[in-house]
Amino acid sequence: MAYLTDRKRAEGLGSAKEGTHHHWLMMVSSASLAVLTPFFLFTFAPMLGKPHADVVAYFGQPFPAIITALMIAATFMHFKNGVQALIEDYVHGVARKIAIIGTICLSYVAAATGLFAIARMAL
Amino acid sequence: MVQLTLPKNSRMTTGKTWPKPEGATNLRKVQIYRWNPDDGKNPSLDTYFVDMDTCGPMILDALIKIKNEIDPTLTFRRSCREGICGSCAMNIDGINTLACIYGLDEVKGDIKIYPLPHMPVVKDLIPDLTHFYAQHASIMPWLETKTNRPAKEWKQSIEDRKKLDGLYECVMCASCSTSCPSYWWNGDRYLGPAALLHAYRWIIDSRDEATGERLDELEDPFKLYRCHTIMNCAKTCPKGLNPAEAIANIKQMMVERTV
Repeated sequence: MAYLTDRKRAEGLGSAKEGTHHHWLMMVSSASLAVLTPFFLFTFAPMLGKPHADVVAYFGQPFPAIITALMIAATFMHFKNGVQALIEDYVHGVARKIAIIGTICLSYVAAATGLFAIARMAL
Repeated sequence: MVQLTLPKNSRMTTGKTWPKPEGATNLRKVQIYRWNPDDGKNPSLDTYFVDMDTCGPMILDALIKIKNEIDPTLTFRRSCREGICGSCAMNIDGINTLACIYGLDEVKGDIKIYPLPHMPVVKDLIPDLTHFYAQHASIMPWLETKTNRPAKEWKQSIEDRKKLDGLYECVMCASCSTSCPSYWWNGDRYLGPAALLHAYRWIIDSRDEATGERLDELEDPFKLYRCHTIMNCAKTCPKGLNPAEAIANIKQMMVERTV
């Protein structure tokens, strides 16, 4: 029990003076994915079911490699920020911080793995 | 973590079914959430039968008739009975609205009435809106000026005054905030649609000189950015206002001063 005034509870710790950057990044990654996704689908689809050597050779070309790399980067930036917002919505306390750290780690590892695979095929 | 089930002491039970009024032929079944903090029991859903031939047209008329003629212990807030005071906000047939301007004929079948969702209940249909009002007070709902007070009045053009339409009409009934999932899960920190609509009303007031400070106070992942444009607020507002649009406009102003 704490004898806090209603106003004190409503004010909490005050404004964090941030959040707009996160909002802006989400809008930028959304817009970039709206453009990149069709490009990626049209680039990726022709390789479905093709032999391994053909796929490696295909992604060794500049256009498919760059589109795929951009797609990976934008997707995981969007994933990281989106899942962070989701966690902030539904998880409270220490679990919130742990879940956000886990999401950040997962996003960077997944993005790095994807970019490494593209680089290996392209270079 | 977010709670997916009600706490044990909040789970609903079947309540009392009150006798039908004698001689009435045009009856309507009304089920109402009941909870008394003094008896230590779980909340229940009581069933009443209202004679529609002697009842006014609105949900509030039926509630007042029940209180006057059937069960005087039924507790609810009401005052103006014309959608101005915002006192009689409750969940009617699954929609947060004002009982005084919601017609009995707008509900098909049995009428179910609950208090506004996800708020502590004081008794029966009365939610505790203390935190909601404190959040409203925290956005400084008044004109802030720095220039010396003019001799006569703070002037405002007709065009600038028109910008306040769709904002000043809010009666603080809390229907919007209590319909918002973000407010349900993070209402302790998220200001909610009503307070943010009021915040925007003062941000775009051409006479107000604290725009920057107001935006500073709102720039927070929880106070403002818990809004995910779910739009329940705009859908449920009994006054037909659009808090979601006001919040989107605040976010746009935040971006404008950053990028």
